[in-house]
Amino acid sequence: MNHLPLIIKREYLTKVKNKSFIVMTILSPLIMIALISVVAYLSQLNNDKVRVITVLDESGFVQDVFENTERTKYHVLENMSLTDAKKLAEETGSVGLLHVATPNSIDDVSNHIKFYSEESPSLSLISDLETKLEHKLTDVKLQENGVDVAMINASKIHVNIGQESFAGEKTSKIDSVMKLAFGGAAGYLLFMFIIIYGNMIMRSVIEEKTSRIIEVIISSVKPIQLMLGKIIGTSLAGITQFVIWLIIGGVLLSLVSIIFGVNLQTPQQDMMEQAMANPELNMQVQDLINAFFYLPLANLIIAFLLFFIGGYLLYSSLYAAIGAAVDNETDTQQFMLPIIMPLVLAVYIGIFTVVEDPHGTVSVVFSFIPLTSPVVMLMRIPFGVPLWQQLVSLLILIATFMFTVWFAAKIYRVGILMYGKKPTYKELMKWIKY
Amino acid sequence: MSNLLEVNQVSKSFGDFKALNNASISVPKGSIFGLLGPNGAGKTTLIRIINQITMPDTGTVHLDGDLLNGSHIKDIGYLPEERGLYKSMKVGEQALYLAQLKGLSKAEAKTRLKYWFERLEIGDWWNKKIQELSKGMAQKIQFIVTVLHEPKLLIFDEPFSGFDPINANLIKDEILRLRENGATVIFSTHRMESVEELCDDIALIHKSNKILDGKLIDIKRQYKINTFEVGIKTANSDALRTELLQKFDVSLANFRTLEDDLKLNIKLNAGDSPNDLLSFLTAKGEVSHFVELIPSVNDIFIQTVKNN
Repeated sequence: MNHLPLIIKREYLTKVKNKSFIVMTILSPLIMIALISVVAYLSQLNNDKVRVITVLDESGFVQDVFENTERTKYHVLENMSLTDAKKLAEETGSVGLLHVATPNSIDDVSNHIKFYSEESPSLSLISDLETKLEHKLTDVKLQENGVDVAMINASKIHVNIGQESFAGEKTSKIDSVMKLAFGGAAGYLLFMFIIIYGNMIMRSVIEEKTSRIIEVIISSVKPIQLMLGKIIGTSLAGITQFVIWLIIGGVLLSLVSIIFGVNLQTPQQDMMEQAMANPELNMQVQDLINAFFYLPLANLIIAFLLFFIGGYLLYSSLYAAIGAAVDNETDTQQFMLPIIMPLVLAVYIGIFTVVEDPHGTVSVVFSFIPLTSPVVMLMRIPFGVPLWQQLVSLLILIATFMFTVWFAAKIYRVGILMYGKKPTYKELMKWIKY
Repeated sequence: MSNLLEVNQVSKSFGDFKALNNASISVPKGSIFGLLGPNGAGKTTLIRIINQITMPDTGTVHLDGDLLNGSHIKDIGYLPEERGLYKSMKVGEQALYLAQLKGLSKAEAKTRLKYWFERLEIGDWWNKKIQELSKGMAQKIQFIVTVLHEPKLLIFDEPFSGFDPINANLIKDEILRLRENGATVIFSTHRMESVEELCDDIALIHKSNKILDGKLIDIKRQYKINTFEVGIKTANSDALRTELLQKFDVSLANFRTLEDDLKLNIKLNAGDSPNDLLSFLTAKGEVSHFVELIPSVNDIFIQTVKNN
């Protein structure tokens, strides 16, 4: 008799009806949104403050460099001693005093610039000032050497290399960012999903053991059916939770940005808007939109589904086996390590190596090793992975999955009826033979 | 009468440990079969093999003439010793789920559950959660779930543990009623008085081997010791004792009487008839007590296990 649908239904309903599950489902996005709003609000507070920088230029070279902006005002002093200027800067509450002393020659100016302040200024402020001064002084120097600065500026050429694959698909730099975002999101999503819902499966197996219902159930259904039913039911509950999170998150996010007027847009969106206003950047926006459509979307979606399901089932069967092997959650630590390690490794490889070189040896090798392949391959695919590599990796994953399910079912079958002492790895191996 | 269950030469090892060694039992249709044995003897392993939870290494199990297979799950109701229910699930939902796992349709399961809930007077528990119930209450639910699908074979492992005497009696009556309705019952327990009361047949398993089985009454005959417990009121009890000692194996007995009688255990010699002893005694005084000593299951259990 096939009881799988019945078991899946029960697992799903008990998970979904569980109070803490409901609370988590509703509360998590609220907490996330609250955090984001607080951070956004605080950073906005920070941005609203106008900082004043007092400037005393005794050299006469750089006076006209300082243009006031929305957030930075320059207070340029004239005919004042350094001591007075310092006092004035302190009294007026400036961030600091930029002092350019009289140099012997233009080459010497750079040695005579100092920034006085009460607290150490931020790195960005200093480098901003440095850039401004460098540009100005270079121009002055060029002019002194008889070079026409206007001509140089007019001769500057901006290069934007168009990229195209041999097959004729156009790509660009923005493309790479987009690929990274897609791959990273997919890999990270899988990682989170495994950790959260793998644990949930494990707890539910342990619950059946501690409540002693397992022997009643197991006299009606095959252990492997029970295990698969648990995995599938819990996953469906997980997907439900994820979808609800996405919906609540989306709605709240737009609500918050309307109510608080907080700018929660991503840099890309910012860029897009700027581009709309600025016809010069319009080309790049076009690139961005193109980039999205040039992504191997069909491949991405199919591969995402297959690797996500494969990877998730692989790990969750291991979680189920751990749950069966122990009596309570505190005993699981010892067995968790071998599961978490490859998972974390996969994410690190994805973040550091794939980004650097998506087709390098390390990336390729780890996209074949079954415990890391789902995450690493998902991160690689947006960069274009040959079909044979995807297929081979998928086959290895499926083969390993079948093996782990068999292995987990063995441990599960024996483990669920074992009470009392925590088994060692050696004993687990023995169980396989029972 | 044919046998419902035939376990034939079944062995099972866990690693180096042999849990069952060529054990065979036959459970007659419509009987209550006591499966006895000390802790760790292999009873649970045998029960799990019958339930297809564990597979035997060698040997076969036949249920109603057919080799045990997946379709027999609905023919067996099993109440394990280690039993429990989902704590946070409602009683009704849970019972429905377990009944459906045994192959009942949802509607059928619901009708039968209503009937049993009424019968055991727990109708108002349907929407309670298990964690709100006492242990004995949960046991009632478990009992119902075990018998609900009306299996041919019922296996009860320590069914009375956790019940107060009133509810234990209630469950006992239900078990007897189920037997009358045609079910066969395998009954595993350490409470010998319930074996004495309920079982028609028994098997004794010790250290992975079956060391004794058969009809309880045959086994008792086999173990009978030809000894009678006697109470007699006589003027000269010392003289009577001396006289009896010359003929029989006599020891002092210990039981309660209303009068200050002489109380003795008298073992008959082979070929002696109890009637001869009785007429001899009535000539000596007033016999208030004359009972054949039948070995209890408890005695048989202890004696057999010790001898092995």
